[in-house]
Amino acid sequence: MRVSLPQPLLSYTDQRREVEAHGATVGELLDDLDRRHPGLRFRIVNEQDALRPHVRVFVNRRPVAGLDQPILETDEVQILQALSGG
Amino acid sequence: MSASEPPPNTGGGRRWEPLGEVPALDPLRHPGRGVALGPSLALLVGTKKGAFFLTAGPGRERWTLSEPAFLGHIVHHAVLDPRDRRTLLLAARTGHLGPTVFRSTDAGKSWREARRPPAFPKAPAGRLPQVVEQVFFLAPAHASEPGAWYAGTTPEGLFRSEDAGDTWEPVAGFNEHARYPEWTYDLPYRLAGQPRGGPDGPMLHSINVDARDPDHLVLATSDAGVFESTDRGRDWRPLNTGSLATFLPDPEPEFGQDPHSVKLHPVDSEVWYQQNHCGIYRMERSIGRWVRIGENMPPEIGDIGFDIALHPRDPATVWVFPMDGTQVWPRTSPLGKPAVYRTRDSGKSWERQDRGLPRRGWWTVKRQALATDALDPVGVYFGTTSGEVWGSADEGASWRAVASHLPHIYSLEAAELAA
Repeated sequence: MRVSLPQPLLSYTDQRREVEAHGATVGELLDDLDRRHPGLRFRIVNEQDALRPHVRVFVNRRPVAGLDQPILETDEVQILQALSGG
Repeated sequence: MSASEPPPNTGGGRRWEPLGEVPALDPLRHPGRGVALGPSLALLVGTKKGAFFLTAGPGRERWTLSEPAFLGHIVHHAVLDPRDRRTLLLAARTGHLGPTVFRSTDAGKSWREARRPPAFPKAPAGRLPQVVEQVFFLAPAHASEPGAWYAGTTPEGLFRSEDAGDTWEPVAGFNEHARYPEWTYDLPYRLAGQPRGGPDGPMLHSINVDARDPDHLVLATSDAGVFESTDRGRDWRPLNTGSLATFLPDPEPEFGQDPHSVKLHPVDSEVWYQQNHCGIYRMERSIGRWVRIGENMPPEIGDIGFDIALHPRDPATVWVFPMDGTQVWPRTSPLGKPAVYRTRDSGKSWERQDRGLPRRGWWTVKRQALATDALDPVGVYFGTTSGEVWGSADEGASWRAVASHLPHIYSLEAAELAA
C-alpha cells in the first residue's frame, strides 16, 4: 500500500513523500517501512512501541488507536507530524 | 573507513555523500552535508540547530567556520575519537523526531546514522518503562579499547558501543542496578510530583574513563550525583560525600546532588573536580571526600556554574565560568559581567580572566560548553547560549570572539584532527 510521510522523515526516503510498504497491522507496516528505509521507525516509535509525542498515524483519515490496529491493502495510510522545538 | 566498516548504503545506516563545492546548503535535501575537516585544531560545537566546526592552525589566529551539519537537529554533543582522530559522533534529535547518533569515520566528510541508537530494553516486571528522550553525552572508552564508546541519555541511561557508535547496548550494571529506581524515578521529590531533572530533563552526563584503568568509570546524573564503578560498569556506588544538595531536606545526602560537570584529571586520575549546582568541588580519590574549593571564590561572584575545564597537564589548574545562582537563578554572569575564573593552586585562590570579553553580557555557558585544548600555552574556549564562541590562546589571559551568530550552544569540544 502507499504510505504518505511528513517532511521531516523524507531524508530516509530519498525525499519521496509517498512510499510503498505492507503489513496486516500498523505495527507491521512500520516494521516494513523500517526494512525499506532503515532508521525511520525509531524516529517516530519509541523502544516501548509507542508513537512518539508529535507523531500520529491516520488510516483512511482516522487516527489509529494503536500499533496493533489491523489494516487492509486498500487503506490509505498517512503519517503526520507536528513540528516542535522552536 | 576501516576494513570492518560496512560498505556505503548497505547494512542499515544511512549515508550522506560529501557535496564538494555546492554553494548553498539545502537543509531538507542535505541534512548531513560533509564538512571535510582537514588536519587542524577543531572546535566541535553542538547547538540547538545543528553542529558547527571551527578549525584553525596551531597558532589559533584564524578560525574557519564550517557550514552547519544536520541543520535543524538539536545536537547536545559532538565528540572526536582521540584514538583515531577521525571518527566523529553527534548526539542528535529534533523537537519532533526521536533521538539518534550520527557518525563519521572520515572527519566529517560523510555521515551515517547509527544502525541501533541508544534505547532502553522493554521494562522488566516492577520497573518503569523507560524511553530515551535524548542522547546527551558521548565519551570514548579507554585508549586500550579502540572503537568502544559510552553514551549518557535523558532520562538517566548508560549505553556502550563496541563498533564506533554504530550499535549501542544498555549498560545493565547501571540501568538495571538494584538501586537504580532509588537513584532515578523513585527519588523522593519525584515521587512527590516535583518536575524531573533540570530544564532538559534528568540526564546522565560526565562519563569519565580513568586513563590509568579501563575498569574504573565515573559518571554523574543531574538528580542523584556522582557514581563510580571499578569493574567496567557492572556495579556502581554513589560518591558524593562532602558535596551539598541544599535544595533537599537533608543537605548532604548519600545521593540526590546535582553535579553539572565532573572531570577526572587525564594525567592524575587521583584528582577529580566538579562544578555542582551547589558549588565547585575537588576530591582526592584516595581520601574520597569532596572539598568545596569554590568557597575561595570572591563572595560577590559565588561558585555556581555549569562547566569546569581542566588543564591538560597540570592537575592544579582549572577554569570555571561563574553564573548568577542567586534569587531565581538567572544563570547569567553575576551582575551581567562575563568572566572566566582560573585557579592554579587546586582551588586555594582564583583569578578573574575577562580581558577582551564584553563589559556586559546576559548569556549562559552550559555544562558541556567550556573546554581546553592540549597545546602549550593551553587554549581555552567557551560557547554561549547566545551563539557566540569565545577563545583564548593564552590560558585565559585574553579573549576574542571566534564565531558569532550561531544558534544556542549546548556543547563545545576542542580536538586535534588527524593529518
